Amino acid sequence: MKRLLLILGVAALAAACGEKAQTTAAKKADAKAWDAAENPYVAPGWKAGDRASWEQQMRVRAQAQNEYSRVQ
Amino acid sequence: MARMKFICDAERCIECNGCVTACKAEHEVPWGVNRRRVVTLNDGVPGERSISVACMHCSDAPCMAVCPVDCFYRTDEGVVLHDKDICIGCGYCSYACPFGAPQFPTNGTFGLRGKMDKCTFCAGGPEKNGTQAEYEKYGRNRLAEGKLPACAEMCSTKALLGGDGDVVADIFRTRVMTRGKGSEVWGWGTAYGKPSSGSGGGVPTQQPAKTEATKS
Repeated sequence: MKRLLLILGVAALAAACGEKAQTTAAKKADAKAWDAAENPYVAPGWKAGDRASWEQQMRVRAQAQNEYSRVQ
Repeated sequence: MARMKFICDAERCIECNGCVTACKAEHEVPWGVNRRRVVTLNDGVPGERSISVACMHCSDAPCMAVCPVDCFYRTDEGVVLHDKDICIGCGYCSYACPFGAPQFPTNGTFGLRGKMDKCTFCAGGPEKNGTQAEYEKYGRNRLAEGKLPACAEMCSTKALLGGDGDVVADIFRTRVMTRGKGSEVWGWGTAYGKPSSGSGGGVPTQQPAKTEATKS
């Protein structure tokens, strides 16, 4: 009987260990886009970590959507 | 740098849904979730117009204003993103958004609603750039790869423009001035507010299109 009570007591105490904290997760800081992705798909033409070169790259890529000869 | 913007040229969009497909493929978006979709006005009527719609990354985003757990944030480039580790999937943002951008994956027998998912302007989320963790939660981070959103870059008719607001507004303005019509930019006024001098300005008329029968 004593043993059973001990097991039940330990089980009740251990059950609390599985409880997730009810606190709100803190908002994580996001990495800057110009810090470059850590994968092999990074486009050439700009320098990782250099904001100015990344912004220039964005402008060049945006101009690629321009059809200079067909503006209708 | 100006803010990152999308503009859809309704005179050019042919409702091919290529942008929708590109987005789903690039980010492996689950069934039932469409970060981007094409809306057609006056479908089947001569003169019908189609527009590709996703999150407009509003300057004064209503989703950010109503979120009870404050999971949204705006990047230096003006892209509105959210932290899925904080989102509780309440759906308030969905009611607040005038563009229907927030999407909620459903699964299981009872259609359990998951955490909100939306267009990220291919900018990932609050995880290390280009990692598997970021990809699984938010999709590909193309901006950190030096690329622009897949939907805009692959648009076959160049109707959907995305990128630096100054650049895409210039491209669009040139078209409007050449064709002499079609200056209405759907959603521009609502999403981006009044243009401030030197950024995103230059589009001649920024009034929403006149109300017409809508079919999505």
